[in-house]
Amino acid sequence: MVMAQAGPVPFVVKDCALLTIATGKRAQNLKELREQLVSIHLGCVYYHFWGGLLHPRFEAREYNNDFATWANRSIHDKTLAERLSVVDPTAFGSLGDLRQEVIEVIEERLDEREVLAWAQPDQQFEFIRSQIVVFQTGQQLILPEDLASRISQLSLGSLFYHFIDARGRNDSRKDDFSSWLASFGEAYAVMTELLGSVEPYFTSLSELRNELADRFQECLCEVTCE
Amino acid sequence: MSSLLDTYAQVVGRDVIEQLYQVADSLSGLRVVHVNSTRLGGGVAEILEKLVPLTRELGIDTRWEVISGTPEFYRCTKSFHDALQGVAVSVDPGLLRVFEDTNAVNAEQLGPILRDADVVFIHDPQPAPLLKLFPDRKGRWIWRCHIDIHRPYRPVWRYLRDFISLYDASIFSLPSFAQPLPHVQYIIPPSIDPLAQKNVDLPDHEIVAALERFAIDRDRPIVLQVSRFDRFKDPVGVIHGYRLAKTFVPALQLVLAGGSATDDPDGEVVLAEVRQLAEGDPDLHVLHLPPDAHRTINALQRAADVVVQKSLREGFGLTVTEAMWKGKPVIGGDTGGIRLQVVDYHTGFLVSTPEGAALRMRYLLRDRAKRSEMGQKARDFVRDNFLITRHLRDYLTLILGLTHGAEDRIELS
Repeated sequence: MVMAQAGPVPFVVKDCALLTIATGKRAQNLKELREQLVSIHLGCVYYHFWGGLLHPRFEAREYNNDFATWANRSIHDKTLAERLSVVDPTAFGSLGDLRQEVIEVIEERLDEREVLAWAQPDQQFEFIRSQIVVFQTGQQLILPEDLASRISQLSLGSLFYHFIDARGRNDSRKDDFSSWLASFGEAYAVMTELLGSVEPYFTSLSELRNELADRFQECLCEVTCE
Repeated sequence: MSSLLDTYAQVVGRDVIEQLYQVADSLSGLRVVHVNSTRLGGGVAEILEKLVPLTRELGIDTRWEVISGTPEFYRCTKSFHDALQGVAVSVDPGLLRVFEDTNAVNAEQLGPILRDADVVFIHDPQPAPLLKLFPDRKGRWIWRCHIDIHRPYRPVWRYLRDFISLYDASIFSLPSFAQPLPHVQYIIPPSIDPLAQKNVDLPDHEIVAALERFAIDRDRPIVLQVSRFDRFKDPVGVIHGYRLAKTFVPALQLVLAGGSATDDPDGEVVLAEVRQLAEGDPDLHVLHLPPDAHRTINALQRAADVVVQKSLREGFGLTVTEAMWKGKPVIGGDTGGIRLQVVDYHTGFLVSTPEGAALRMRYLLRDRAKRSEMGQKARDFVRDNFLITRHLRDYLTLILGLTHGAEDRIELS
């Protein structure tokens, strides 16, 4: 019996909006940050690692999460900021594991320091969580070429959902575009590889969109020229 | 036929409007009501004036109701307003009775509309007791606080909290304004309306005419601060900064433009002090403008080379947003919501002293290309974050969020 070979399915483009929710919980020094982290809603861990990327900014992000940024800017602990900044959120199986890693780094620093640095009252760490609302756009991409030609028109919400949020959402910890391109086999392996090398943490979403559009064009040129 | 949303699409882009339609699609059939205490004047009315028709155009049945009261009622709510911003005011128990009775009268008039609504937004403290008067309410009720409440005067907040804690959710403009409350607290920053008289593009002749009216020389550098004459806005510090900068930029002119201060005794004192400081300096213009001088303010903001908002304390600072929308770099006080908008070396500079303000004035005034580059970034930043269309999307998303309970992730099919 000959089985029908299923080809790659179209890529369904979704969009999202992030609702920001204040928890009312704050920390003014490292000890308080640690204490709050232990019991804080896990949505806060998601928000402070990923959610900030949906927020606009001009400057290149110095650190890849809000905990590191606060350590540097508000309590002026550069050592801690650097250690927190190497925590890779995609390396953990769950938000609970990620939280535990952040706590470990903070505890290590608490052991080292004899004096607690305090943030100004208006520079406290504000624990924020988010609710993500995902909706259909009615758009589909049939071929990788469609992705290359249309990525510059995708909304920033779509880009966030498929390229950033996906890394926390998918078991593979990969973005949606890469997973979809992989279903086309070796033909687009270069494109998938290049996608994997795009660093999403240190740029704004609109700059990221431009970078992806440029890279896709380069890749397609390579694919079609071969 | 061109709709209101089409007009906004020309400003914010078609994709933003498409996104609004997509979110609104899941809300069709809902009845939404906004309640505040004034139809005219003030930031809340300004926002609702556009937000309500825009929501209707998206196919959602939306009403805007206004409660009314006696002068005593407004005296009481003005005290609340001051107290929530941290001023220690005691409110006479008689006034509190007027406050509650007025809400009861309004509740009778608004009865069926509020009882049957699916979502009710109550804006600010004036109508806050309404919820308690509808024990048989059907929908979700949300308290929207537009006030800087990060350090409220506790006795007044305790009184109001008894009403507010009963709501299904509340909305604050900044995370630091959130209070311990037994319900979910959403953060939605305010916005400006790009098509309002205050922000709409102006013909050049109107800008020239405004400058001529106040004897301001367009050919020389202009630094502007638009704000009430209030100590928290630090007009005296701005004058100090201007004088320091003027020794390096002799042609410099400073314009301090502010609204009426007749209902604020302290405002009159500050205005008098500012006028005294300005005496004898033909390049320092103190403009006391009526509250409806929107196009004049617009013209002044467009004519300015640099806009200053050197507040010592600021909730959000919509005058900063307005100036940025007009492509101006802003020198802002390093406080409150100004920090959200002014990004050093990108959209302007944050300063803590008159000396800092002077330094940044000199830096910006010597380099037209830098001003222009920062101004463009400022405008883009406002377009992406602080226009009314983003505000509307946040409200619609919030309704979706509330109707789906506490889930972190809501997937709409």
